[in-house]
Amino acid sequence: MMRRYSAWSLVREGLRGHTGWPEAWRKPERPQAAYDAVIVGGGGHGLATAYYLAKLHGMRRVAVLEKGWLGGGNTGRNTTVVRSNYFFPESVALYDFALRLYEGLSRELNYNIMLSQRGMLMVAHSELEMEIAARIVNAMQINGADAELFGRDQVMQKVPLLNDAPDARFPVHGAIWQGRAGVARHDAVAWGYARAASALGVDIVESCEVTGFLVENGRCVGVDTSLGEVRAGAIGLAVAGHSSVLAERAGFRLPIHSYALQAFVSEPVKPMLDTILFSFGTGTYLSQSDKGELVIGGGLDRVPSYGQRGNPPVQEQVISGLLEMLPAVGQLKLLRHWAGIVDVVPDSSPLIGPSPLPGLYLNCGWGTGGFKAIPAGGWLLAHLIATGGHHEISRPFDLARFETGRLIDEAAGAGIAH
Amino acid sequence: MQLFPCPFCGPRPETEFHYGGEAGKVRPEPAEAVSETAWADYLHAQANPKGVSREVWVHLACGEFFVLSRHTVTHEILGAEAMPGREA
Amino acid sequence: MSGWRLPEGGAIDRSRRLSFTFDGRPLTGHPGDTIASALLANGVRIVARSFKYHRPRGLFAAGVEEPNALVDVTRDGRTAPNLRATCEPLVEGLAVAAVNAAPDAGGDRQAWIDRFSRFLPAGFYYKTFMWPGWELFEPRIRAMAGLGRLDPDHRPPGTAPQIDAACDLLVVGAGPAGLAAARAAAARGERVLLLDDQPEPGGSLRWLGGTIGGADWHDWVQDTLERVAAAGGRYLAWTTAYGIYDHGLVCAWRRLGEAPDQLWRIRPQVSVLAAGAIERPLTFPDNDRPGVMLAEAALRYLRVWAVAPGRRAVVATNNDTAYRTAAALAEAGVAVEILDIRSDSPAMATCDLPVHRGRLPEGVVGRGGVTAVRAGGRELAADALLVSGGWTPSVHLWRHAGGRVRFAEELAAFVPDGAVNGLRVAGAANGRFGLAAALADGHTAAAGAGPAPQPELPDPAYAFEPAWPRPDAEGRQWIDLQNDVTLKDVALAAREGFRSVEHLKRYTTLGMATDQGKTSNMAGLAAMAELSGRSIPEVGTTTFRPPFVPVPLSILGGRRRGQFFNPLRRLQLEPEHRAADAAFREYGGWLRPAWYARSDDPGAGPTAVAAEARAARQAVGLFDGSPLGKIEVIGPDAAKLLDFVLYNRVSTLEVGRIRYVLMLSESGVVFDDGVVARLAEDRFVFSCSSGHVPAVRLRLEEWRQDRFDPARVFVHDATSHWATLTATGPRARALVEVALPQAAPALAELAHMTLAESAWEDVPLRIARVSFTGDRSYELSVPQSAAGRLWARLCAGLEGHGGRRIGLEALLTLRAEKGFVVVGKDTDGLTLPQDLGMEGPLRKRNDEFVGRRSLMLPDAQRDDRRQLVGLQVPDGAPPLPTGAHAVTGQGPQRRSIGYVTSSYDSPALGRPIALGLIERGRARLGERVRLLHLGAGLEATLCAPAFFDPQGARIDA
Repeated sequence: MMRRYSAWSLVREGLRGHTGWPEAWRKPERPQAAYDAVIVGGGGHGLATAYYLAKLHGMRRVAVLEKGWLGGGNTGRNTTVVRSNYFFPESVALYDFALRLYEGLSRELNYNIMLSQRGMLMVAHSELEMEIAARIVNAMQINGADAELFGRDQVMQKVPLLNDAPDARFPVHGAIWQGRAGVARHDAVAWGYARAASALGVDIVESCEVTGFLVENGRCVGVDTSLGEVRAGAIGLAVAGHSSVLAERAGFRLPIHSYALQAFVSEPVKPMLDTILFSFGTGTYLSQSDKGELVIGGGLDRVPSYGQRGNPPVQEQVISGLLEMLPAVGQLKLLRHWAGIVDVVPDSSPLIGPSPLPGLYLNCGWGTGGFKAIPAGGWLLAHLIATGGHHEISRPFDLARFETGRLIDEAAGAGIAH
Repeated sequence: MQLFPCPFCGPRPETEFHYGGEAGKVRPEPAEAVSETAWADYLHAQANPKGVSREVWVHLACGEFFVLSRHTVTHEILGAEAMPGREA
Repeated sequence: MSGWRLPEGGAIDRSRRLSFTFDGRPLTGHPGDTIASALLANGVRIVARSFKYHRPRGLFAAGVEEPNALVDVTRDGRTAPNLRATCEPLVEGLAVAAVNAAPDAGGDRQAWIDRFSRFLPAGFYYKTFMWPGWELFEPRIRAMAGLGRLDPDHRPPGTAPQIDAACDLLVVGAGPAGLAAARAAAARGERVLLLDDQPEPGGSLRWLGGTIGGADWHDWVQDTLERVAAAGGRYLAWTTAYGIYDHGLVCAWRRLGEAPDQLWRIRPQVSVLAAGAIERPLTFPDNDRPGVMLAEAALRYLRVWAVAPGRRAVVATNNDTAYRTAAALAEAGVAVEILDIRSDSPAMATCDLPVHRGRLPEGVVGRGGVTAVRAGGRELAADALLVSGGWTPSVHLWRHAGGRVRFAEELAAFVPDGAVNGLRVAGAANGRFGLAAALADGHTAAAGAGPAPQPELPDPAYAFEPAWPRPDAEGRQWIDLQNDVTLKDVALAAREGFRSVEHLKRYTTLGMATDQGKTSNMAGLAAMAELSGRSIPEVGTTTFRPPFVPVPLSILGGRRRGQFFNPLRRLQLEPEHRAADAAFREYGGWLRPAWYARSDDPGAGPTAVAAEARAARQAVGLFDGSPLGKIEVIGPDAAKLLDFVLYNRVSTLEVGRIRYVLMLSESGVVFDDGVVARLAEDRFVFSCSSGHVPAVRLRLEEWRQDRFDPARVFVHDATSHWATLTATGPRARALVEVALPQAAPALAELAHMTLAESAWEDVPLRIARVSFTGDRSYELSVPQSAAGRLWARLCAGLEGHGGRRIGLEALLTLRAEKGFVVVGKDTDGLTLPQDLGMEGPLRKRNDEFVGRRSLMLPDAQRDDRRQLVGLQVPDGAPPLPTGAHAVTGQGPQRRSIGYVTSSYDSPALGRPIALGLIERGRARLGERVRLLHLGAGLEATLCAPAFFDPQGARIDA
């Protein structure tokens, strides 16, 4: 039984030295021999999948197998932004579904994921960019997502620190505003799903690497792991940047390149930025964490890589972009920087659906945008595994689109130069 | 900042190079004879190895394409070859 | 009051006094002081408030590991936040303010929070604030978090130099080990780069002193630096190597004080890391009180700045290194007692101070600062408690480079293990404590010849016995001072299953503060080991990532700011355009005239654009088209290469003729458009879009080298060699003929879509009849050196012909009137050639070309693709907003069927025109569509994209 979290339980425990809190989630040392479903990857997507399998589809024998520590991949390495400001209806349907699930998640999981819907500005720096911004805002509104087109004054009012000097490389013309966009505490999303899934009977096994797939009669019936063989009725793959590695073990290739995506954190300062800020000109984005640190990100690395570490060329690009946007931030220091390995697909849209190996299902290809999609990615993969078929929201994201040519190319649709 | 060895210019900073794709892909043609699967495979499927990788890169400064062998985790450089017939 | 300045000694200039304020209180110090040493000398005890509980805090360390003393420093009206008082030199006139405290560190209003600490354990926020909603609590929590304050008016310029350097040997740390290594390499004539994060060289010699090779340490250090310089090397003071990156790149932050800080990117052949070790605290109840300080830090304050931390000190230790602090303090007149966990040790045996054996502090008395230390059931009166829990080698850089560590039981510390190419660790960083050991290790690390430098005295024993946090003790025991993580928090993490190092760190925030856990990580690991019944190595080590210390963002951004950020490309004729009142804008990376107007009035632009477009239609417009791509493809296989790379064949083009072409990606998407002119049988020039030149060149190169015989075809980007000036309009020919009489015969014969190579004055001249306006146009290309002359000549005739200079906006209007697309504006990343009405080549060609297979895919064959059309608004309606979407259906069924890509008020037609990509557009010409823009409904009728002169009659008019 899960011990409920609340202000009262906190006070009660406070009075007796917090000695009564149980483990947040059970920690089986090894997996059982067989499950109805096995999810490979103990990040947000994998844990959410297990949770929804148990919660919505009544599956009780579910395991999540994690190579390292829970939430240690991109779930614990991203810049925590959630938003649904996309161009194509298929994308808006997907990401807005995720955002709606996020909006109720703290209560659903009884775990405060600290969703802070402080809004996001995507700043445009020329009339051409304003035209593209208008195109995106209109697309979002028509597709049912909240969006506004801000003029220069509205933008400067939201972020007075923006560079408006005469020699600014990128003058502020206006911005796309999505008020429902926000940030959430990334670790809490993983821990909250883990705790809730565990309470529903899901086995979460850390330090358990999947080394191969059991195939019988052309169908995947389980996995080989560093802790022994595990059989399963269905297997879900939610391993982000390492999808190609597991696909190779399963005998197929994916349209994925793995790249490092870097993130940067400054020292904490008192509140100075109340929204999430992105610039089309610099490609840098940032928000301020509740702790006061600036959490900063930018473009992908240029060199395909599985090395989870930062490097100076991209650092210079992102940080110079940051200072060009917000010159006052030049007073601050960089505290930490790191990288996650993201799974980049040619059309920058995810892959959700059956894999070429029957019995094995995919949830990958999120590229730089996996965190914001965690609830939807898990929900949709659970639907696939439980029913064997697509939900309407995930259907357009099937692997088949690369053969028909029906790509959902967000970068292209948004008018970003190709 | 990694240093990549251009077969023509020697070691140069990574920012002077542009990734061209995995080495060894052969363009299937003529178009009429190529299945959708084969075309998708050529255009999109990647080995994306975690470990040793052979890739086509171009050195933007001299414009020469070449094959770079490197390790995608450690970033160790294992070798660089000019395209066949293009040796310096 | 507890700290005080000794009457003499220290490396400070007592002849001068510097004034500064702390939290508004006027104080003084001396040149040579740090802010920290000056505060201590002035007896300031509470220098900060802690992050979470707002506990009073004092100075704890003397270097980069300081967890408490973060200050906002204002100088000349500009504030810099979160500076570490121990690392900032004292300068005249500083206003120093404690962070996270109001009104000041001594009387912080939020100190009440500490009384509720039992309800605020690690991760308490995950368990509550869910009702009524996090958004109600978050703003208040945010306001309380954060440390210093950003000064919104302080916008530092991008002036930090970034310096690339190479050397034979890089030595990190100019303490004894680093100096010995540098000396050994210099003796071989190697170029050494020696870095130290302190403003003065010597490392621990500066407070431990000593005699090396018979010389006083000062002289030996000086001699070593001279030898390094003599061998061509360099010593950089106040320079912190903060990270090692791929391929051995070492990054360092150099401070100069008045001049901007610098970033150094160093490529050494070999590096010796001699970064020393960091002293560990002891963990006991209320071990965070002001007055508790690391033992060696106290010694450093005493020797370097002549400041004692109090009058009565208790030294608590588990090793012999703290005895030197005890002895030095006693010598300075401080009353000293020693608590030692051990029962015996060499230092204890010879110590004549009172030693309480087998004891460590069990608590401290005093809220705002230590007044007594509890031990063995007694209270020892004291105003300073100096602790040593042993030493942790600084393996940070070694770990950045991928080096392994092993847990050395005898040191209870992780030390470097195995090998990393080109990297060695020496001295205390390598677990070799003591002067003789450091000198020997540094000498060996640099493969020194002969014997290592020898100190006069042998190294005293370390005689260390681990003293880890004891979970059974009562009270609150601090593990991470800055982030307020106590032993109870670690226990809670263990209880709740956050037992891996990374979970511990993330759940409790241990080690995540700006000191990055330099004094807390080992205690945290040890506590978790104890609590979870594992050994320290089983719990693991935290990941060490750059930067070693917080590094100014300003040096990382460097000078890539303002006009140096993705610099704009500039026209040769920019001065001429400026002289003609051009308003400039960025187009595809180029700074180009948008229009020419004398006034900055917002209405002046549209008026000028309309006048320019009208003049071009009625007489002649003169336009600077120099950025237009000019990529030459040369050689016997030139036509074959272009045929393959382009959608349209050019091998069938006659010499002297020009063809409009599209370039596709392999996905079939329109990547660029332009014209190809055949200059000779084996020579073409491809005029691609100005913004696409580098990418087009690269694509041509890729196929040239991958598919063709590179000896038979060559690609040369000549874009920047040529200026291109275009005259367009019914009087274009007249203008050019008058301006360039020599060229008149060539002009007479020049048909539309042909090109002539000619000469003008002393330079070659290319005349191309290509039109982006639909009117008769001449593109005149001359070498850039002649651009000014040709421009002047053409301008001279302009007025007489009723013509004008026209900017990009007028040109964009003119081309839209004709329905000509701008790739990337009127197309998106899904647009195929058939969507633009160009099915021809796909139908007719049966040879291979880039993108061909993709054009046959099911999606490319769909009949509901978005196609290029014109849009006409109802009479009297204003122009459509670009970016407006056409929609179909109502309510939830409503969906976008495309959008407006270009929209102008056409002067030639006297009404608005627009282009768009609309679903099934070409089959629906004449249909009305509904549009939406920012919630407002609009209407338009679909039409063919060519609004003006659809028959093309004007091209030869």
